[in-house]
Amino acid sequence: MTLLIEQTLNGIQLGLLMFLLAAGLTLVFGIMDLVNLAHGSLYMFGAYFCASFSAWTDSFVLGALLALPAALLLGVVVEIVVVRKLYRRDHLDHVLATFGLILIANDLVRAVWGPDGRRIPLPAWLNQPIFLTPDLPYPTYRFAVIVVGAAVALFLYWLVTRTRTGMWIRAGASNRTMIGALGINVEALFTLVFGLGAVLAALAGLMAAPIVTVSIGMGDNILILAFVIIVIGGIGSIKGAFIAAMIVGMIDTLGRAMLPDLLKSFLSVTAANTAAPALSSMAIYLLMAGVLVWRPTGLFGARS
Amino acid sequence: MGGFLTPLMTWRGRIAAIVLVLLGLLPWYAPWLDAAGIISQKFALTLMTRVLILAIAAVSLNLILGYGGIVSFGHAVYIGLGGYAVGILAHHGITNGFLQFPVAIGLSALFALAIGALSLRTRGVYFIMITLAFAQLLYYVGVGLEAYGGDDGLTINRRSDFAGLLPTRGPDKTVAFYIVSFVVLLLVLGLVHRLVNSRFGMALRGARSNEPRMQALGIATFHYRLTAFVIAGALCGLAGALLANHTEFISPAMMHWTRSGDLIVMVVLGGMGSLLGPVYGAIAFLLLEEFLPGLLRIALTWLHDALVALLGSGAVGTLDAWLRLAEYWQIALGAILILVVLYARGGIDSLLGKARHG
Amino acid sequence: MADAMLKVDGLVKRFGGLIATDSLSLDVREGEVHALIGPNGAGKTTLLAQLSGFLRPDAGRIEFAGRDITLLPAAARVRLGLARSFQITSVLRDFTALDNVALAEQARQGHSFRFWRPARADRSLRGPAGVALEAVGLAHRANDAAASLSHGEQRQLEVAMALACDPRLLLLDEPMAGMGPEESARMVDLLRGLRGQRTMLLIEHDMDAVFALADRITVLVYGRAIATGTPAEIRANPEVRTAYLGEAEGG
Repeated sequence: MTLLIEQTLNGIQLGLLMFLLAAGLTLVFGIMDLVNLAHGSLYMFGAYFCASFSAWTDSFVLGALLALPAALLLGVVVEIVVVRKLYRRDHLDHVLATFGLILIANDLVRAVWGPDGRRIPLPAWLNQPIFLTPDLPYPTYRFAVIVVGAAVALFLYWLVTRTRTGMWIRAGASNRTMIGALGINVEALFTLVFGLGAVLAALAGLMAAPIVTVSIGMGDNILILAFVIIVIGGIGSIKGAFIAAMIVGMIDTLGRAMLPDLLKSFLSVTAANTAAPALSSMAIYLLMAGVLVWRPTGLFGARS
Repeated sequence: MGGFLTPLMTWRGRIAAIVLVLLGLLPWYAPWLDAAGIISQKFALTLMTRVLILAIAAVSLNLILGYGGIVSFGHAVYIGLGGYAVGILAHHGITNGFLQFPVAIGLSALFALAIGALSLRTRGVYFIMITLAFAQLLYYVGVGLEAYGGDDGLTINRRSDFAGLLPTRGPDKTVAFYIVSFVVLLLVLGLVHRLVNSRFGMALRGARSNEPRMQALGIATFHYRLTAFVIAGALCGLAGALLANHTEFISPAMMHWTRSGDLIVMVVLGGMGSLLGPVYGAIAFLLLEEFLPGLLRIALTWLHDALVALLGSGAVGTLDAWLRLAEYWQIALGAILILVVLYARGGIDSLLGKARHG
Repeated sequence: MADAMLKVDGLVKRFGGLIATDSLSLDVREGEVHALIGPNGAGKTTLLAQLSGFLRPDAGRIEFAGRDITLLPAAARVRLGLARSFQITSVLRDFTALDNVALAEQARQGHSFRFWRPARADRSLRGPAGVALEAVGLAHRANDAAASLSHGEQRQLEVAMALACDPRLLLLDEPMAGMGPEESARMVDLLRGLRGQRTMLLIEHDMDAVFALADRITVLVYGRAIATGTPAEIRANPEVRTAYLGEAEGG
């Protein structure tokens, strides 16, 4: 029973992390209609910035706080230099150009930080278990991720539904040309949104870093998952991204935890151990294919 | 008679002919290049065989991407399917090429039919994602196939045997395989040429140009696109079977989504919707991958020496430090890709001269 | 009395709260030129989209040559002989004018699952395509890219493509949209030449053209047909005058 609760919490934690990554992606896609394969690179930079700043300041929390504005700056620069020129192009051009950005990002990281990965050591207070109930220890760090993730999700909800900026963002998502006609500085809005996406991705990266270790190309594999999430949730919908991220987080975590035992009952131990992660990955793709067949624009997709 | 030679009347046509002739005659002038110290014969043939095989895959993708406007991000899957068909059969002792290759092609066609039937009903980025999803699905199936090496892959001990007509071991096998690959490329090019200029091709290209218009003419575009999708998958499976023979190794990595990305880059780099574009793209992409570090070193050396002459060695730094930059050649590759997308969107083929309509 | 080639009965189409087509009924007789006029927003293009199969009606019935086509997909209606041109020019821009019409002819001839013979060399396609281009006066532009044609010429190409489908009923959506006086006059001559040979349902704003061409006119206001009759009858109809022609009097 404790195992189930622990795995469920892990699923929530993964889901929230994936939500942070997917939210930025779906915002950029929904508002600027931009397919950004390099979003995973922003995730990677977040982790690397945090690794450096933490080592510098000898504090994980300070390192994390410094990494965020650095990521914002990076996002803004990339938007102005390259991404801006892509808005008028078709999706294939976006895919190709951002694919090029991935190549540049990976080698740039290798040049600055070297080919070996980095580890981010956690401070003692985060490294011990927290007791949710007297019998239920849970890693404090993972719990912190859940708290921060939930807080950011609530902040995003507030931003998008209750502020003027959020209103512009939602208006932009449904009709880009109109908001220009309404006198809003569309260029600045797009840069802002891209920057926001970069910060969210970087936050996801630096929070994941102590768990998965920092390495080159760490964003590329998780990027596909983020795309699957926004497709399931519906492009442009933050709510959809949230729900889809939670579902995917659960399936992935519970799948990896439960499947090996389930499979061992009729497969050999080694076979079960290799098949399980493959199967839980497949389950997610099957889910996406299923959703698209039923609702071709995702669960909460706005555009048709 | 005139029809056959008309391509030679344009510069694009002449360059195409020259490239094909240079490719075809490589086995004959490779020893000369070897003797001149330019490049080892074996290395040249091995590299260029890989170029030929990926060119076949790129040509198959161009059929649906360039001519059909169908952005499939899962095309490398068929390389994997074709390769695994050959590999698995060889693993179980079936090395008869006349059996393996039709299975490879047939299996790829079948999967393309299933995937296409489900995906082609979606549009835009949803289509891209669903093809990506199916590709990753099959990738994970490959990873999970413990019996056939899983993630580590499977070595193929014996190449496909075509009733002894093709040497599968010994010194002749490299040249023979190169020639076979080249002939297959020519046949595939010929087939695609016929296809895109036939009524079927017109329907496909019209659907790319303006789909509602085509439907308003009475053409049910879904069926033509699906057919093109299946043909492209089958041809790509053929490339996969050849690749498995060439590398004598199969692994799920052949099917990873980044491989599909590579194929798209080849098609776009070479020029979408032109017959030889994907061939140019495959050559450019693979040669860049292979030689860009060296080229960068040469360029950086030249630049370094020129700047030293202008500003003195104190200001510029050591040659070694500069040369170390060449290690990060993927930055240059990424930048080239971005520049092509922004400024030379028509690819290499468009730089060679104006194309005919459609 | 000529038979009804097209019969529309109680057609309804809603977009959310907006009623675009409001229990509309009309009929088009064989051999006639039937014009559809009405103020902007009256639902004319929406009606055409439902007739050609690009939009599904919420209620009602469409009968073509005695056959219920209400739910038939667009491509299938073309095979039955119902062709349309688009209000916003929609030709195949990267193909030549001749290619465009040849494709229409190719579609008319049946399926396109022919993989070997080059289509551009096929006389059975080029011949009729050339004839259709002649008929609309575009023969001299046959080998030019459709994108390079002037706006008026592209509208002519649209008509040529619709004609190449050899339709029994031709649905024309504002064929003269965006044309200057000279080009409009040419288009009117073209359509006048087709009178009697083809049955046409024509949406147009240009009143001179409408009164010159039409055998009968239906007036659409807020998705309803408020009057149908000969040009003279429509001109004299008081309801029509207030709803439509009365407003246009000044312009």
